[in-house]
Amino acid sequence: MEFLLLLGGPLIGALVMSVLGARRWAPELNVAVSLITFIAACALTARVIGAGSLVMAHEQFFIDPFNVFLVTLTAFVGLTTSLFSRPYMRVEMEHGRVSAGRLRLYHSMYQLFMTTMLTALTTNNMGLLWVAMEAATLSTVLLVTLYRTAASLEAGWKYFILCGVGIAQALFGTILLYIAAEKVLGAEGVTALLWTHLDAVKGQLEPTVLGLAFVFLLVGYGTKVGLAPLHNWLPDAHAEGPTPISAVLSGLLLNVAIYAVIRCKVLVEGSLHSQLPARMLMGFGLLSVVVAVFLLWRQRDIKRLFAYSSIEHMGIITFAFGMGGPVANFAALLHMTVHSLTKSAIFFAVGHAAQKAGSQLMDQIRGLITLSPTIGWGLMLGALAILGMPPFGVFASEFLILTTAMREQPWATPILLTALGVAFAAIFSRVQPMVFGETTARRLPHPPALLPVFAHLAIVLALGLYVPPYLANWYRAAAHLIGGP
Amino acid sequence: MAGIPFDLQLLNLCAALLLLLSFAMLAQRRIVTLVNLLALQGALLFVATLLLAWRTGQHHLYFSAALTLALKVIFLPWLLHRLIRRLQVYWDTEPLLNISGTMLAGIVVVVFAFGLAEPISALASTATRNSIGIAVAVVLLSFITMITRRKAMSQVVGFLSMENGLFFGAMSATYGMPMIVEFGVALDVLVAVLVLGIFFFQIREQFDSLDLHHLESLKEDQ
Repeated sequence: MEFLLLLGGPLIGALVMSVLGARRWAPELNVAVSLITFIAACALTARVIGAGSLVMAHEQFFIDPFNVFLVTLTAFVGLTTSLFSRPYMRVEMEHGRVSAGRLRLYHSMYQLFMTTMLTALTTNNMGLLWVAMEAATLSTVLLVTLYRTAASLEAGWKYFILCGVGIAQALFGTILLYIAAEKVLGAEGVTALLWTHLDAVKGQLEPTVLGLAFVFLLVGYGTKVGLAPLHNWLPDAHAEGPTPISAVLSGLLLNVAIYAVIRCKVLVEGSLHSQLPARMLMGFGLLSVVVAVFLLWRQRDIKRLFAYSSIEHMGIITFAFGMGGPVANFAALLHMTVHSLTKSAIFFAVGHAAQKAGSQLMDQIRGLITLSPTIGWGLMLGALAILGMPPFGVFASEFLILTTAMREQPWATPILLTALGVAFAAIFSRVQPMVFGETTARRLPHPPALLPVFAHLAIVLALGLYVPPYLANWYRAAAHLIGGP
Repeated sequence: MAGIPFDLQLLNLCAALLLLLSFAMLAQRRIVTLVNLLALQGALLFVATLLLAWRTGQHHLYFSAALTLALKVIFLPWLLHRLIRRLQVYWDTEPLLNISGTMLAGIVVVVFAFGLAEPISALASTATRNSIGIAVAVVLLSFITMITRRKAMSQVVGFLSMENGLFFGAMSATYGMPMIVEFGVALDVLVAVLVLGIFFFQIREQFDSLDLHHLESLKEDQ
């Protein structure tokens, strides 16, 4: 029941919005639908805490410790983003950047995007996972090009083609997985793509084909994660679309893509009994961290800056999953959570800042603290949190990842530490003048409502100080499920 | 060719023609012809699926053949032709690499594809497992088509042909994916083309052309 509401709510919301999405109260309706989704996710979580893992709808959908917290996180950030988008899109309308028809498209696609992500997270069928990931790309392409500027069209095209080609590789990987699975699970093909069944027989799957499948799956879903060298679409798509979309792309879609990679990795590792998948994850992860960090220096657009920071963090998470084992997996899951919350909070603050300054160029955003203390502090605290300053949660997860790396993969530690240092210098040196710099602008008459920013940052802070036992148990159970060498 | 049943020979013929069509696409610069070739590829896929359905007696293959006919032979080419007329794009500009160079690269890719398909064919138990190499080759050749073209329309044709190759691969290795997945994939392809149609009009409105060199201003240091 909760589950039906979880997927059906946003889907029906998308249909309703495609008709009513331009009404005066449409933003409120958007919030209401997101709230229903969030309540359904909470109810589902409560049930899973009580009853353990669930399998639903002829085994096509399932909830286990790994995806349940991602479902809740996705629904939560979906809700806060809809709260943020309410005033944001109103202002965009007033500035004439968005017409009524486009607002309808925006609201409808926003809910459709939530549906596809939640489907991808809860499905047990590796084929449906692929379908949902592709649908997630398609529902956001038209959102990236919402402003119809030359740059946004280019960003949308790049996003479509790169992710389209990437995801075609993933389809090939899925087919290979099916070929190997069919040998073991029978040619009827009914159960041969179901993850729970595959997991049960992963030791018997043909290693050569699964190894090949993993290469394709990693390249395919890795494109969506934004792993270097396939990251080109990510900064463009983040910078050119409306800011609420940047927040959900960075905070949620990247997580869902990593989730898909890790589901595949669990199967392949069980079949191969070798270090290959782990090494590939570590390699791509580290490469992304290094590439992103050095490109951070060259950015002039604030949204591109934080998009590159997302690539860096996805690299760190991928690296941690590559190391595997209970501690690194735990840290990676925690990092997924805190990165998602922090990065979306930053995008909320950035959205307001860019809207007030009338530009996304960092040179033209100055003295936010005089303009509006809430935006200024929101951006500053968000930046400090994402840079891994204690006592925020990002510090805790990065600390765990680094200490594990010292023990397991000592060679990688200096690279990671240097990268984190460079990222700190690059981002802090840009954010500092934006927040505290000289400005001639006067204080805004009405302080903008930035409740979502501070709510997110408060949770990240709380997670840095104390991880509640039930959450820790979840992470541990998920970390155990993911396993690793 | 004694020992190989007639229907299997026909299937192998379809596979060979598919590969030939991929090369034809690689060489073709006229966009209308490119779309026709794509439709022909879809038709071959339809025939192959039908033959396989008849041979193996699997009912879901009839269904997927019908889906192929409706979507890949009739609807998508019709839609693309309509778009071509509305947008008036008939010729692709000179590809990034000249035609003979592309063809040579294509031959290398085919050899590579057969090498890649070796372990998969060894595992598959279907009668059509020898065609897996061809399917991989079609995918890679479509990929070359995509990266050497400048016009958005030709890139999309390459994209769809890649999907055809993947579909053929799934069919020859396992007699098709589970129905629900195949249905979902078809839906995604359909939506993708519709989204692209909208997209083309947006690009066109903005630049007065569908040439992708207009879309090269977003660089790293911007």
